[in-house]
Amino acid sequence: MKPNLVKAAPWLVVAGMFLLWELICVGFDVPEFLLPAPSAVWKVGVEQFEPIMMHATQTFLTTLAGFAIAVLVGLLIGMAVGSSPLLYRAMYPLLVGFNSIPKVAFVPVLVVWFGIGTVPAILTAFLISFFPVVVNVATGLATLEPELEDVLRSLGASRLDILAKVGLPRAMPYFFASLKVAITLAFVGSVIAETVASNLGIGYLMMSASSSMNMPLVFAGLIVIGVMGVVMYELFAFVEKRMTSWAHRNPNGAA
Amino acid sequence: MAIEDVSLDVREGEFVAVVGPSGCGKSTLMKLISGLRMPSGGYVYVDGRQVGGPLKIVGMAFQNANLLPWRTTLDNVMLPLEIVEPYRSTLKKERTRYEAEARQLLAKVGLAGFEEKFPWELSGGMQQRASICRALIHQPRLLMLDEPFGALDAFTREELWCMLRDLWQLQPFTVILVTHDLREAVFLADTVYVMSKRPGRVLVRREIDLPRPRDLDVTYTDAFAGYVHELREHIGRVRAS
Repeated sequence: MKPNLVKAAPWLVVAGMFLLWELICVGFDVPEFLLPAPSAVWKVGVEQFEPIMMHATQTFLTTLAGFAIAVLVGLLIGMAVGSSPLLYRAMYPLLVGFNSIPKVAFVPVLVVWFGIGTVPAILTAFLISFFPVVVNVATGLATLEPELEDVLRSLGASRLDILAKVGLPRAMPYFFASLKVAITLAFVGSVIAETVASNLGIGYLMMSASSSMNMPLVFAGLIVIGVMGVVMYELFAFVEKRMTSWAHRNPNGAA
Repeated sequence: MAIEDVSLDVREGEFVAVVGPSGCGKSTLMKLISGLRMPSGGYVYVDGRQVGGPLKIVGMAFQNANLLPWRTTLDNVMLPLEIVEPYRSTLKKERTRYEAEARQLLAKVGLAGFEEKFPWELSGGMQQRASICRALIHQPRLLMLDEPFGALDAFTREELWCMLRDLWQLQPFTVILVTHDLREAVFLADTVYVMSKRPGRVLVRREIDLPRPRDLDVTYTDAFAGYVHELREHIGRVRAS
């Protein structure tokens, strides 16, 4: 009974939320242009399935592209910063400062540089999501136990050997944990850019729908983004578990 | 300056123990001998050659077993073979042979059947056994042990003394054991050095003239107690000064 309940709980909460939402809309007779009921959102979603999917695919691919660059760049910067105390000291203030800039403020700059369309969206997704990867990889590498390093150094291992045999494997749980955060941030980034400067993607769809007061379509867009975010998060959570099972062992011994 | 004017002379195949109060620079001594640190003055010679960098003929084990948690026991023991030549370049071809050697070594220390287990599935004593296997797998001529049994309970510690004694008796290699357990030093070593407080200096060199192979029973003899007593007095003097 209990394990089943644990499995069903997230679905029950989601279903409960939609039910409550529907009841409020029907019960208080909320006008559709303020808050459409889930049933109205569902209706629009079915009617406009194809354009929604088209825009969703665009957003999805844009996000993945930005995310992929973020992982690559984040891994490289994180490795550099994590394995050199000098670089760590030197780069951190700049990275933190850069991360503090709201990325929505950066989109106009990207538009000037690259024009309206997919490129600014990819870059915004990248800019917003690479920081957690850098921080986590750097932390994983920088917290390497000195004794572990001594064991390898006493065998004559080069810095590259140490990085490959100990540093990177040890940083992997940190890295995979950061992917979960980064992928959801990447969605935020691409949708922000699409609302400001694109004529494709869920962000654009929502902007144009809201300007014509088509609120059910706006909410359909929101829900699609949410679903994509959850699916990708779960995917990376699964990958994390598979790749770094040694770090998530069961304390009761049954590993 | 952690140590000063330390002069040790270790024969090939000798079992040396270094004892001293905590913070006497024992770990610095280890790092100097293994080439992890350069002396600010003086020389370190190993095997007739001056030490100028990390030595590959050295195996090391520390108080913490430091096994890699993402590797099985067998893979942990195999780690040095992935780094030290000539094993490194022949590892792909000879994997099965090296693996068999690693399994044999694990069996010798009583870890047969635990090869595929991960470190967290082993007890502290077993982890330390595996750690010593890792230090020995590339057949180093010098084994450096930095308080390897310090974190274990008394019974496990005595078990591991015997394990180390058997390994050493089976195939002699030079051992430098840093410890603060005098009984451990006397039971295992041919020669015991007592170091002073910081800056560490060698105060006494004492040869242990107990017949080998030594059994745990020897630790209850008068001769054994005499050695421990004598060394204890030196340590006491160090601490009082």
